[in-house]
Amino acid sequence: MRVWRQGDAPRRKRSLGQLVWGLGRRLHHGWRVARALFSSQYALMLEYRAETALWALSGILPFIMLGIWSQLAVPPAGLGPGSGADAGGIGLDQVQLSRYFLCAFVARQFSVAWVVYAFEEDALQGRLSPYLLQPLQPLWRYVAAHLAEQLTRLPFVVLIAAVFFLLQPAALWIPSPARIVATVLAIWLAFSINFLMQSCIAILCFWSERASALERLLFIPYLFLSGLVAPLQVFPPALRAAAHWTPFPYMVAFPAQLLAGGAVPIAASFAAMVGWISLLLPITLLLWRAGVRRYSAMGA
Amino acid sequence: MATPGLTALGMKGLLRYWRTLKRFWGSALASQMEYQVNLLIEVLAMAGNLAGSLLLLWLIYGRGQQLGGWSLDAALVVLGIYTLLDGVSSTLLRPNLGAIVTQVQQGTLDFVLLKPIDSQFWLSTRTLSPWGLPEIVTGLGLAIWAALRAGARPGVATLLGGALMLLSSVVILYSLWFVLATTSIWFVKTWNVTEVLRAALSAGRYPISAYPAGLRTLFTVVLPVAFLTTVPAEAILGRASGMWLLLSVAVATASLLFSRWFWRLALRDYTSASS
Repeated sequence: MRVWRQGDAPRRKRSLGQLVWGLGRRLHHGWRVARALFSSQYALMLEYRAETALWALSGILPFIMLGIWSQLAVPPAGLGPGSGADAGGIGLDQVQLSRYFLCAFVARQFSVAWVVYAFEEDALQGRLSPYLLQPLQPLWRYVAAHLAEQLTRLPFVVLIAAVFFLLQPAALWIPSPARIVATVLAIWLAFSINFLMQSCIAILCFWSERASALERLLFIPYLFLSGLVAPLQVFPPALRAAAHWTPFPYMVAFPAQLLAGGAVPIAASFAAMVGWISLLLPITLLLWRAGVRRYSAMGA
Repeated sequence: MATPGLTALGMKGLLRYWRTLKRFWGSALASQMEYQVNLLIEVLAMAGNLAGSLLLLWLIYGRGQQLGGWSLDAALVVLGIYTLLDGVSSTLLRPNLGAIVTQVQQGTLDFVLLKPIDSQFWLSTRTLSPWGLPEIVTGLGLAIWAALRAGARPGVATLLGGALMLLSSVVILYSLWFVLATTSIWFVKTWNVTEVLRAALSAGRYPISAYPAGLRTLFTVVLPVAFLTTVPAEAILGRASGMWLLLSVAVATASLLFSRWFWRLALRDYTSASS
C-alpha cells in the first residue's frame, strides 16, 4: 500500500510566491495523507466492532464507583427529606454525582491510549521495519488508528449513556454548547497527554521487551488520581493540590467536571494541559530518535 | 473425545494427575525464574494498587462514614481477599486461560486434545507464574490481620469456614474465567470479554452492602461478586450464617460443573483452525 509520495524538488533559491505555493502544496499533501491514513484505519477498525464494544464496556469502573459514592451521599435516616446538597458530607448530591461519573466515563472512553500494546506487537512481529522505511513518522499511523477507534466507539458510548439516563432519568441534562465545545477540546488534549505518555513507554520497547509492564505501573497513579474512582472534591485539600502537580487530574476529572457543569478553573487547566503536552512532545521525539538509532544499530 | 471425568478416576489416576501437576509447575517455575525483574514490577504494582485502595478507604472512613455498615477493619478483610484473588488470577488463571485463545487461533489446541489426559485439566494447570505469589501472601496476611483487629476470634469453626469459603470463591472465579475462555472456540476474538469481567469484578474490592439495591442484586445473582469477596470475609470474621456458607458451596459446585459441561459442549463444535 503506497500512501505517501514525496516530490521533493532539488533545493534552489525560491521566490516568495514559490514558497507560499510550496507550503500550500505541502499542506494539501499532508491533508491527503491524513485522510488516507484515517479512512484506511477506520475501515480496519470497523472490522473489530465487537471488540470495540467490549473495550467500551470494560470502562464501567466509574459506574461501579458511582454506586459506592451515591450510597455515601444518601442522607442517613432521620435527618429528614433533605435530598439536598452535602447530605453525606461529600459536597455533591446524587444528581451531581451521577453526572460527574457519567462524564468521567465519557472522558475516559475518548482519551484511552493503547499505543504501547500496538507498538510492542508491531515491534516483536517485525512489522515496524517496513513502517520505518516509509517517509512518514510511524507514530502518525497510531494516532490515526486511535482516532478511528474513537469514532467506532462513539455509538457504543451513546448507547451506554442512553441506558444510564433510562435508569437515572433525574440526571438527564443538556450541557451548554460552549461547555460541549470546551469539553471536546479538553478530551482531545487529555488524549494527547495520554498518547504521548504511552508513546514514551512504547519507545522504550527499543531497549527492553518488558516496556508494557511500565505501562501497568503508570496506570496505577492514573487510576487513583485522575478522578475515575472518586471526584477530586472529596480529596483533602493538600492531596488535591498534590494531585494537580501531576497530569492525571486533567485527563479525566477536568473534562468530566467541565461537561457536568461544575465550577472549574478553565483557563488554568487548559494552560496546564498545554504545558504537559509541550513537555512530553520533545521528550517523545528525542526518545524516538535515540530509539530508532538503536534499532538500526541492531541491524534489523 | 473420551475424557474421563475426574470423579471416575481411581486413586491411581489421581496420583498420575498429581505427578503431572508437579512436572508442569516445576518446569514453569524454572522458565519463569529467567525473568526475575518481573518480581519487582509485580511487587511495585501490588504496593501501588493497595496504596490506592487504602487511600480510597481513608477518604471514606476519614470523614466518619462507613461502607454499607462495615467497619474499616472489616472492609480491609474484603480488600485482603480481593488482593488474594487477584494474586490467584495472575498466578494461575491468566497464564493458563489466556493461552487458550492463542491455541485456538494457531490450531495447537488439536495437540492438547490428543494427549492422554483430561483437556480441561491440561489447559487450566499447564503453567504457573510465581509473580502473583506476593499478592496471595499479602492479601491473606492483610485479611487475617484486619480480621483480628476487627475482633474475630480464631476458632476451628471460623478457620474451617473461612478456608472453605476461600476455596469456593477461587472455584467460582476459575469457572467464570474458564467459561469465558471457552467461548473463544466459537468466537476467536472474544478475549476482550475477560477485560469486561475484570472490570466488573473490581466491584469486589468493597463489601457488597456498600452498593445500592439494584447493583447488589446484580452482583449476587447475575455476577457472583458477593460470593468472591464478601461472603469469605464474613466467614473469616466469624459472622457468616450457615445459609450463606451452604449457598456459596452450592454456587461453587454448580459453576464448576457448568464449566465442565460447557467445555464439552464447545469441543463438540470444535473443528480445528483450518477447517
